[in-house]
Amino acid sequence: MEKSNKKQQKHYLRRDILRIGGGVALSAPFVGRAWAQTTEINMLAWYGHGEPDMVGAFEEANNVKFVPKYYAGGDNMLALIAQSPPGTYDIILSDGEFVQQLNAAGYIEALDPNDYPFEDMLHEDFTKFPGHWDGDTLYSMILRGGHLGVSYNTTAMSAEEASSYEGFWKPELKGKVGHFDWHLPNLGMMSLKNGNGAGLWDLSGDQWQAVQDTTMSLRQQVGGFFDYGGTFNGLKNGEMLAMCGIGDWITGVLERDGAPVASVIPKEGGIQFTESYCIGKGSSKADLVKSFIQYMLSPEGQVKSAQMLAYPGFCVTKGGRALLQQVDPKEAKRSHQMDGMPNDPIALINEGRIHYRDIPQQQSLEDWNDFWSEYKNA
Amino acid sequence: MSAKHKIDLYALTWRLPIILWQLIFFVGPVLFMIAISFFVVKNYRMTEAFEFVNWQRMLTRGYFWDSYWYTVFIASLSAAIAMFLAFPAAWALAFRASENLRRWAVFLLIIPFFTSYLVRTFSWYVILAESGVLNAMLGYVGLGPYKMLNTHFGTIVGYLTLTLPLAVILQTVTMANIDKTLVEAARNLGCKPLATIWRVVLPLSKTGFVVTALFCFILAFGDFVAPFYLGGSQEPTLPILILDTTKSGQQWPRAAVVAIMMMLTLFAVAFTAIVLAYRKPKGAR
Repeated sequence: MEKSNKKQQKHYLRRDILRIGGGVALSAPFVGRAWAQTTEINMLAWYGHGEPDMVGAFEEANNVKFVPKYYAGGDNMLALIAQSPPGTYDIILSDGEFVQQLNAAGYIEALDPNDYPFEDMLHEDFTKFPGHWDGDTLYSMILRGGHLGVSYNTTAMSAEEASSYEGFWKPELKGKVGHFDWHLPNLGMMSLKNGNGAGLWDLSGDQWQAVQDTTMSLRQQVGGFFDYGGTFNGLKNGEMLAMCGIGDWITGVLERDGAPVASVIPKEGGIQFTESYCIGKGSSKADLVKSFIQYMLSPEGQVKSAQMLAYPGFCVTKGGRALLQQVDPKEAKRSHQMDGMPNDPIALINEGRIHYRDIPQQQSLEDWNDFWSEYKNA
Repeated sequence: MSAKHKIDLYALTWRLPIILWQLIFFVGPVLFMIAISFFVVKNYRMTEAFEFVNWQRMLTRGYFWDSYWYTVFIASLSAAIAMFLAFPAAWALAFRASENLRRWAVFLLIIPFFTSYLVRTFSWYVILAESGVLNAMLGYVGLGPYKMLNTHFGTIVGYLTLTLPLAVILQTVTMANIDKTLVEAARNLGCKPLATIWRVVLPLSKTGFVVTALFCFILAFGDFVAPFYLGGSQEPTLPILILDTTKSGQQWPRAAVVAIMMMLTLFAVAFTAIVLAYRKPKGAR
């Protein structure tokens, strides 16, 4: 009897395998077809923008899959595009100051301003952002921004000391000041310290020499030059107590984890990085990309951008800011995205303390880079 | 005659893969890199040209030579330290350890290579940080804290992470092949231990030791990870300079100039080392 049961079980098992196997085999074409319907969108962006916390919900809702290629720095982005055939990238996340070069080289499509919520922008500057327009033609849509100033360990520096770039020269910080290893924001900050204000990128020969002298005088304080990971670790383990060239985009991630670090915009002014979306020239998925940009500018998308795991950025739309305050008041407060808070990014722009990151106007990038190499070797 | 031809063809058949490999993956890329060094960059795009502007620009910059001599110095120092630190362990393994123990020791020395060098480098953060393990231990005996990360010391530690196990293995293998009766004879004839090392072991190990030191130098000279992550990129070594050059303005042709200078240096060092290693002492036949 038992033997017969075993035989029957074996029989059922065999039958089950056949049934399941047959089912899988028969459904395979449908599964394949369903997979085939998933559209791939090639994205060129800074790290984090193609990760699930940013694009996951859109992917699920639209049956698309983002294939990100990450770069580090606008130069690197331009080079990657230059070395790829037209149409390789469907969507390009660019730093604001590089959009003009993308456009001049014919790498991006014109956008229809009517497709995007310009009436909802938090600041007038965002509607006619420098470089995003060529005459009346729009080429790039602003997504988010972040401010760069003095980043510091709150146990080693007071908020008052951090309220000026002079704080980097504090004797107690000797060997404890780090640089984010990119000349543009660092030399921009030195230019601000020298009082060049809105003309920080437009330096005459004398002003450029003065910026170099100021920078060189900081060298004895410097404990290292770091990439994103090194900056992050340096601040986290206390090896570096102040960092030049960064802002809340790095300290914000550490702050969320409870590290005693902060970033402030000093009295001499700060620099804004601006991240914007462009549609790649020759993209066959321009409509889908347009929908994605619209989604990222919706209140929901703006909240995702503000909460981005890799590095935070502030909302550029009123709807986004309002929703952030509603669903994540802690992050809204931490990033000062509340009316009346000191260092509210929009208030800082209104006060004229923020200058948009740009490239040198009277010198070449190579001149700045050469000096940066000399500085590192000094 | 025909037999000789057959032998040559047979040998050539076996040599061909390595010859092809070298041509495709070494000679070809090197020639391409040399060509690139004469290209120019226009609008972030490399344009074919034959101009000396990149050579002129890089070789007349003070920061290039600062990086060059610093890299030569720190790589030489690291190779010397690796050779010095490896010797006692290699000596013990070659002359004192049993065959079995030596086999296990070599296996254990290979194990670090199973993990990524980058991961091993990052693990030093925990040990070398001012609030790290080493300073905590020194704190118990009233010393420190000392700044070790983002210093030349940090760079050397990183280089040694890469080269020290290799140096121990190569030195062990070299000394294990020495005829031990020669060492014993020296001792029996009254030669003191240090004199035995100096007058018997080192001359007999010369070739292996020179090759080991050469490997240590080559690995350190071309390493980007240690000086960048443990040395804090100050002062920048040549590999860091290559990165800096490509990062801003996408100056691959200028980076190629730096890379060619590195290769020429390594060729010169390797050639000198090999000549030294195989040079017979005066009077030898």
